[in-house]
Amino acid sequence: MSEFTAAVPTPADTSGTAGYTPSAVQLERERYRAARRRRERLTAGVCALVLLVVVVVAVVSSPGWAEVHAKFLNGTEFRRYFGQILHGFWLNVQMFLVSEVLILALGLLVALVRVTRSPGLAPIRWAATAYVDVFRGVPTLLLIFLIGFGLPALQLQGTPSSPVVLGCIALVLSYGAYVGEVFRAGLNSVHPAQRNAAKALGLSEHQTLRHVILPQAVRNVVPPLLNDFIALQKDTALVATLGPLEALRVAQIGSYADFNYTPYLAAAALFIAVTVPITRYADWLQRKAIERQWAEAR
Amino acid sequence: MSEALLRIRNLRKQYGGKTVLESIDLDVAEHQVVCLIGGSGSGKSTLLRCVDLLDTVDDGTIHLGETELTDPRLNADAARRRIGVVFQSYNLFPHMSVLENVTLAPRKAHGIPRREAEQHALELLERLGLAEKARDYPDRLSGGQQQRVAIARALATKPELLLFDEITAALDPELVGEVLDVVTDLKQRGLTILMATHEMGFARHAADQVCFLEGGVIRERGTAEQVLSEPRHPSTQRFLARVLEHK
Ligand SMILES: Nc1ncnc2c1ncn2[C@@H]1O[C@H](COP(=O)(O)OP(=O)(O)OP(=O)(O)O)[C@@H](O)[C@H]1O
Ligand SMILES: [Mg+2]
Repeated sequence: MSEFTAAVPTPADTSGTAGYTPSAVQLERERYRAARRRRERLTAGVCALVLLVVVVVAVVSSPGWAEVHAKFLNGTEFRRYFGQILHGFWLNVQMFLVSEVLILALGLLVALVRVTRSPGLAPIRWAATAYVDVFRGVPTLLLIFLIGFGLPALQLQGTPSSPVVLGCIALVLSYGAYVGEVFRAGLNSVHPAQRNAAKALGLSEHQTLRHVILPQAVRNVVPPLLNDFIALQKDTALVATLGPLEALRVAQIGSYADFNYTPYLAAAALFIAVTVPITRYADWLQRKAIERQWAEAR
Repeated sequence: MSEALLRIRNLRKQYGGKTVLESIDLDVAEHQVVCLIGGSGSGKSTLLRCVDLLDTVDDGTIHLGETELTDPRLNADAARRRIGVVFQSYNLFPHMSVLENVTLAPRKAHGIPRREAEQHALELLERLGLAEKARDYPDRLSGGQQQRVAIARALATKPELLLFDEITAALDPELVGEVLDVVTDLKQRGLTILMATHEMGFARHAADQVCFLEGGVIRERGTAEQVLSEPRHPSTQRFLARVLEHK
């Protein structure tokens, strides 16, 4: 990367570079690098284009293409259902946002409980461990069934009956266990010397955790957490099994009505439209993290 | 007149508009030991990183023998194979034994057969007084031993030039000597070394040339005797007075 940071001082830059003109050698070097960069971009573009053309030609000229086109890429079907599916997708987004906040809180709590050493908290620690063991072991879909159909069947006072709420409870419990483990790994990834350094300054266990360990741990786990966010965003579709009219359920109804799979594809496109930006953001964060490690390693 | 092995001309390096090295000219002849001294932040590590191609320069040239290291067309990996580097923090690979650490580069980067690489590595370790540590893992060694392994690792590829960046700075005082003795031995064997150091006593008896850096420029240079005993530049005098005060 530093390979490509050109040495041209910007006009705004006054600190120590005033009166400096790059030598002929340096100018030639920069010209060469610029040319190489252009060449690399061109190569990348041409390769991508060729590959794209090959794939499109191969798909379109395949024997089943007409059938696929009619069943999966039907413009009329798409227009008929897209509005409803989009409306349903808004419910997925809401479920995602609400669950995510609760999951982060639950996960952090579980992780903190699991890393504390104080003997008085041992029962809570065991409970947290048991929670993680159980809820991480049960498939999310199974959990949605158990809670979505099982909880109302108990007919207890005050249990929610809305399938959306029940679905979210299941998602929170399932992902809370995962995210708790991610947070715990993050807490453990902070070098022990940091804990000692904080203790040596006279900080209490609690202050050490709060001001030294936790901030570093959170910084370390943001990329894997985003990964879990993406999985959660998709898994909101599992709540479709309880019946609420979210994107998948709406698409399913449309698909059954017209014997056409285009509505499914429309729903898939919506999920992709949300997860791709999160993925790019996660990539960017990881790159930043790597650069930071480089700076520390000097 | 034969040319120096390492030739730095008009080197410039800046970080985000801040000039860290400026107009650096420096020659390191074969079999010479050149010491870079100077205060914290004066640019010693940056200079060494530029020579090892860990950073790109913003102007000027660096030649190693016939090769221009600063040429963007250069195969940096091939050039780095000719240079051995030891850092202040040892950076040994914790998942490998001492012997594996030392033989990794010869075997993988230079394609030397395992048997041959190990034999050479054992000779090196023997010479550095580490023969019986060959099968140990780095976390079982003292700081001085780890740093000597790092030196052995850098030597294992028979580099033309060695770069040392404050290799004793992280060591206990009683371990500093054992590492510096190794460097003295390397000098006697005719290796070429460019090193940043805070050990003035060592620089005085081992260096063929001492360069004093301040604010990214070489303020003064000469033989160890000249620079350390009779510094002419006021900033060199101030620096030495400050350093020697605490000795
Ligand atoms: N990656 C970087 N980004 C910005 N500035 C940097 C970077 N690396 C080094 N510097 C700056 O460059 C200058 C020279 O740093 P360098 O590490 O070369 O000093 P040094 O002489 O090795 O000091 P020390 O004796 O403390 O090791 C310093 O002012 C430092 O702040
Ligand atoms: Mg340094």
